[in-house]
Amino acid sequence: MAPRAQAVESSTREALLPPVATVGAVGWLRRNLFSSPLNTALTFAVLYLLYLAIPPLVRWAFLDADWVGTSREACRREGACWVFIRVWFERLMYGLYPREDLWRINVGYGLLAAAGVLLFVPRFPWRHWVGLFLFVGYPIVAWYLFAGGRVRLSLVNAAVLLVLVGGAVARFVATLRGARWARAGRGGYPVVAAGLAAWLVVGGWGLGYAPLTVSFELLPLVETRLWGGLFLTLVIAAVGIVGSLPLGVLLALGRRSTLPVVRMICVGFIEVWRGVPLITVLFMASNMFPLFMPEGVNFDKLLRALAGVTIFASAYMAEVVRGGLQAIPRGQYEAAEALGLGYWRTMGLVVLPQALRIVIPGIVNNFIGLFKDSTLVLIIGLFDFLGMAQAAASNAHWLGFAVEGYVFTGFGFWLFCFGMSRYSQHLERRLRTGH
Amino acid sequence: MSRDPVERPPLPSVWQSPRVRALAFQGLALALLLGFGAFIVGNTVANLSKQGIASGFGFMGTTAGFGISMSLIEYAEEHSYFRVFIVGLLNTLLVSAIGIVLATLLGFVLGIMRLSPNWLVAKVAAVYVEVVRNLPLLLQIFFWYFGILRQLPGPRQSVALFDSVFLNNRGLFTPEPVPEPGFAAIPGALLVAVVVSLGLARWARRRRDRTGQPFHTVYVALGLLIGLPMLAAAAAGFPLRWEYPALEGFNFVGGMELIPELVALVVALSTYTAAFIGEIVRAGILGVNRGQIEAAQAVGLRRGPMLRLVVLPQALRIIIPPLTSQYLNLTKNSSLAAAIAYPDLVLVFAGTVLMQTGQAVEIICITMAVYLTLSLTISLFMNWYNRGIALVER
Repeated sequence: MAPRAQAVESSTREALLPPVATVGAVGWLRRNLFSSPLNTALTFAVLYLLYLAIPPLVRWAFLDADWVGTSREACRREGACWVFIRVWFERLMYGLYPREDLWRINVGYGLLAAAGVLLFVPRFPWRHWVGLFLFVGYPIVAWYLFAGGRVRLSLVNAAVLLVLVGGAVARFVATLRGARWARAGRGGYPVVAAGLAAWLVVGGWGLGYAPLTVSFELLPLVETRLWGGLFLTLVIAAVGIVGSLPLGVLLALGRRSTLPVVRMICVGFIEVWRGVPLITVLFMASNMFPLFMPEGVNFDKLLRALAGVTIFASAYMAEVVRGGLQAIPRGQYEAAEALGLGYWRTMGLVVLPQALRIVIPGIVNNFIGLFKDSTLVLIIGLFDFLGMAQAAASNAHWLGFAVEGYVFTGFGFWLFCFGMSRYSQHLERRLRTGH
Repeated sequence: MSRDPVERPPLPSVWQSPRVRALAFQGLALALLLGFGAFIVGNTVANLSKQGIASGFGFMGTTAGFGISMSLIEYAEEHSYFRVFIVGLLNTLLVSAIGIVLATLLGFVLGIMRLSPNWLVAKVAAVYVEVVRNLPLLLQIFFWYFGILRQLPGPRQSVALFDSVFLNNRGLFTPEPVPEPGFAAIPGALLVAVVVSLGLARWARRRRDRTGQPFHTVYVALGLLIGLPMLAAAAAGFPLRWEYPALEGFNFVGGMELIPELVALVVALSTYTAAFIGEIVRAGILGVNRGQIEAAQAVGLRRGPMLRLVVLPQALRIIIPPLTSQYLNLTKNSSLAAAIAYPDLVLVFAGTVLMQTGQAVEIICITMAVYLTLSLTISLFMNWYNRGIALVER
């Protein structure tokens, strides 16, 4: 009798390893590059294109490039002439800013970096104060640091301003801390606004109050036509974003207002500026703003460009903020109303803190756009980062190195924009986990 | 002792009535706006009269007296400023139209590449998008114009493609189709084919709704659209001649000439906008619910009909609104032409004409109004199209 085939396994077996071709590097290659005939063909086509593009690029940028030297004669090889960047580096960073005053710009950068770092330290006890300094104090300090010059300060004016603005700031801080007088009292802001308006009507800064005027010059004047390079680009982008934020919030509130006149004014403002290119706005700023001003009042070119950029950016900012306002559920408005809060308190204490938090990624994206668009000021004759590279490339001693200039400035812009877009994506992910 | 009268709440003052407050606030806003407007207009009028500039649009009839490097209509120095305006406007429209078409094509290719199962293809597209999107457009225009096109060799050493397309530092030269007598038959036949195809599609849809029988409209329509004009061309003896550019002396003669400014601007605008469109397309396709694809597979649709009938219509619904704003952006960005001296509206009108006449207010207002009209027109058209494909809630 032949032995019967064993039909039942008596012992357990080791699990088989997956086929070699589906795991590890080979498996990855098969899955991602050679999964079908079409994919295989695509892979080889792309590899061939990369082979055509990358080696010459590397040779041009690194292997055959000239790195050291101080003049154009140092560039004898086939590749890029990085000596060009090296020689013009200071100009590309600071424009024509006087060399002995460069420390002022660097101190400005340092202050900003320090405040920025403090702001991002979690649980830092004086974060609100740092934020307040960044948005109110820093612009004033930085502007004087960069521009300098003689300050004529009327003590009367200074006192009026100090009382009004200081009052508003104290009121704001008190609200944040929940101080009793801020909770119990009525608004307070209308008083400040009325005071400021009255002060402006009486004559504002223009009133000399000669006997009470002190005049001092801590730092020598640096005219704005000397500003340039990356520094100018940063100034334009920063002023644009800081100026457009409050304007944009007001416009967005106005657009969602129930008052038809206010709503129409805001819709008109937003749609007009969003419908025209930034260049025409800058042309308007440089050609028409001087006509708008009474005789004798003169803005310099940079200020006009800044005003144009801020107006333009505020329209886009308004749309971003509006998105946030629309995302706040009606219940929040109704709850605030039920507590007896008026319009401004509903907005300021309940709606805006939530809405602005949602739209931070949108604001960062706006900032990236503004940062890239700030290059357009070179068309009205300001020498920003790109404008300076363009000027350097058309210098009679350095003709023919335009591409090196574009690659360098492009790399600078790319670092900023890519970094910010990554940050905004990170924020978006972090904010989304809430629900 | 009399009882205390019932304590009544004091009447609210007029200022606490919401209606009065609203009216007062709006009145204030309007007054501020009008006051500001009056301030500006007053100053402008005073400044203009001081500079001796007469306001008004009379200057539009004056002779321009300067040449323009490229014009779609006949233009000479003796023509008026109004003619300059039209030339600039047409050049702006030309560059925007070419840019929109190329950017859409490249953008859809990029969006699909980013979703490719092939890792290398997806990565190449991702790197392209991240590099191009994060560089200022003006920098890219400069790069293409000053960095590439201006550095090209002269006409004698042109980069040639099939001996008919030439690229050199004077521009891009391509063959130009020249219609000959009898050419009208071809567009006529095309028109007939379009009308017949539309009728056919209607009939096929009705029949499918009634009987459930499908009809391959696409193939028949394609055959009509290609076949009829070909037949007409053959009947008329191919009344179309290609004029090739030929090197004569120091430059090319004949054919179509695209100035380098136009080439640089079109390349920069379309590659830049394509990066944004690619992301929009990717988001649109990813935005279609996975269940939709599985349901399409479950009812037995093959890949082609599934994409055409299920995925694409839903993806387009997500894609269209942001695509519209990209088209608007491209049109507005075409104004960067001024930086490389492509004769668009901003360069010749808001630049040269403004410089010559000093009519800043009128010229800037006209330029802005033109862009505003373009923006509104494009968004109206796209809104109309969007309404057509929007979800109909039942």
